[in-house]
Amino acid sequence: MLSGYSFNDLASIFVMQSFAGLILFSVFLLMALGLAIVFGQMGVINMAHGEFMILGAYTTYVCSYIFAQWAPALFGLYFFVAVVLAFIVAGISGMFLEWSLIRFLYKRPLDTLLATWGVSLILQQVFRSTFGAREVGVTLPDWMMGSWNLSDTIQIPINGMIVIAITFLITGAIYALLYKSGWGKQVRAVMQNRTMASNVGINTERVDRFTFGLGCGVAGVAGSAFTMIGSTSPTAGQQYIVDTFLVVAFGGTESLGGTIASSFSISQARSILEFFLNGSMAQVLVLLTVIGILMLRPQGLFALKVRR
Amino acid sequence: MFSLQSRKDILFLSILSVILLIVLPLGLDAFRLNLVGKYLTYTFVTIGLVACWGDSGILSLGQGIFFGLGGYCMAMFLKLQASTLEATKSQSTPGIPDFMDWNQITALPWFWKPFHSLSFSLVAIIAVPVLLAMVIGAAMFKRRVGGTYFAIITQAIASVLTILIIGQQGYTGGVNGITDLRTLDGWDIRTDHAKLVLYYAGVFLLLACLLLVRFVRQSKLGRILRAMRDQEDRVRFSGYNVANFKIFIFALAAAMAGVGGALFTLEVGFMSPTFVGIVPSIEMVIYCAVGGRNSLVGAVYGTLLVNWARTSFSESLPELWTFAMGGLFIGIVVFLPGGLASLYENYIDPYVLRILGGNRSQTSHAVDETA
Repeated sequence: MLSGYSFNDLASIFVMQSFAGLILFSVFLLMALGLAIVFGQMGVINMAHGEFMILGAYTTYVCSYIFAQWAPALFGLYFFVAVVLAFIVAGISGMFLEWSLIRFLYKRPLDTLLATWGVSLILQQVFRSTFGAREVGVTLPDWMMGSWNLSDTIQIPINGMIVIAITFLITGAIYALLYKSGWGKQVRAVMQNRTMASNVGINTERVDRFTFGLGCGVAGVAGSAFTMIGSTSPTAGQQYIVDTFLVVAFGGTESLGGTIASSFSISQARSILEFFLNGSMAQVLVLLTVIGILMLRPQGLFALKVRR
Repeated sequence: MFSLQSRKDILFLSILSVILLIVLPLGLDAFRLNLVGKYLTYTFVTIGLVACWGDSGILSLGQGIFFGLGGYCMAMFLKLQASTLEATKSQSTPGIPDFMDWNQITALPWFWKPFHSLSFSLVAIIAVPVLLAMVIGAAMFKRRVGGTYFAIITQAIASVLTILIIGQQGYTGGVNGITDLRTLDGWDIRTDHAKLVLYYAGVFLLLACLLLVRFVRQSKLGRILRAMRDQEDRVRFSGYNVANFKIFIFALAAAMAGVGGALFTLEVGFMSPTFVGIVPSIEMVIYCAVGGRNSLVGAVYGTLLVNWARTSFSESLPELWTFAMGGLFIGIVVFLPGGLASLYENYIDPYVLRILGGNRSQTSHAVDETA
């Protein structure tokens, strides 16, 4: 399958595909980070996570519409406002979901799966009723449209670089929040031993709510980033949810580094294979490999060593 | 002569058989009865889920895989029957299914060839899902992967299979699936008479499966399975090989899903990836949950009820139905984990027991044993 390409061609294919892979990696990572917080730290299977991503995407869409309509002069900046808004909208909705539903189900993880599936159905229908069933796309401001020509055959799109930059920022922020701040310490304490944490005076209910909100908020940012590379439809979130769960499980649920490593390897493998095979076969091959590895290492690649 | 439990089971199964064999065929027109026949094919999956999820605590979100595999095995046989040299003579390669011809495939692929034989196809309907279930089960349960991980991985396998079927258009018919099925060994399956025969065949098969699962649940095996669900480690420490029991029950559920899928293909005359993926798989779980994950008869009623509601609702108010379906998921999980069967057990069962001649003290621990 490699015949017919010169070395130079291969090199540029490789660079272009790995860059496409990096963008996929960004969306995966942002989705997976949110899920890793919710699933890994709290043990909740949130099947509506994809819909929170789409919520972020629609927030961005609305934001771009408002800017284009009423503040065309500031249109170049709408994206930054949208990212923050997406985080807030998705985060608050997540906190509401935790308060109204999830907190009753902490002891029944498989049931959270079914209940949140119901939530995702409802959200999808809400999107469909509000924005229509058709895909919507946002118009990017001019300065995001161009690309950066590295050589004759290699072009790096600017919007892709912005997505990647946002991902790095968010990942860093979450790392700092979870591992460097007092609040993060509380989160980790609650997740490791809920009873003990509440005994030493941590308000576990509040920690749960904010953790869930944070996870959903990050999904919202993922959605916001997603609008730059693809169009949004009510059911788009569903296509990502299984992949993301596998990413989280593959990396080891409790480890942030594992989530990063697994979303990187999965997205790169898929993106590079996609060039040589057709898209669906690449996806199948990567998924099967991940499932195979998960069968050998059920705890994921980077499992936290704890006594069970 | 019979224990109270058996008397109750006989009562429930008789009521169900009377409804399915007499009341519905007399009360419904051909079109509605055919719809019920279609819903019945899902009940094979849900009673498998009762054994697998309710009894053994293994939540599989991939029952659509087995349903689809059974259905595709049947569809491949029917498609080959429909693709005679006579019927396909306008194709560039006569004698192969039409969608292969459209995809420039000139010879029948090797894995299609055995499906010329009816007996092979009938065996494959059960064997293919069972084999896959055993492979998945062995790989997972021997490594002690369970609970949420198992659910997610079965889901991922469902999505892999859907992507494969859609991607390999030339071999599987792609998104459209395998359509335009006409005869089963020379017998036209599209007539009203054939649909009626298929309906009754489905009911009898279903009753057979119900008896089989009831037998498994009431045997010592069933007790081990329930013990495993509640305290897996204790069962393991008592010297039982937990993994093998799990593989067995998972494969049993897969076999029944396969039969259901094959019947589905016969009833509706086509098979497509829509019935394989994640969405149908989760919906099948919710049918089971609505009826009651611990009640066989309940799961059958739950499946029929949800599907009937979906059809009648979505004809007039499709938007509302999605909301209702979502609300149903949430409501059942939060307020009624035992499904409709638990409503029955709490409110009606005491009276039924009195009629059957039991005393009230027996009601409390009979909850888990209903057929």
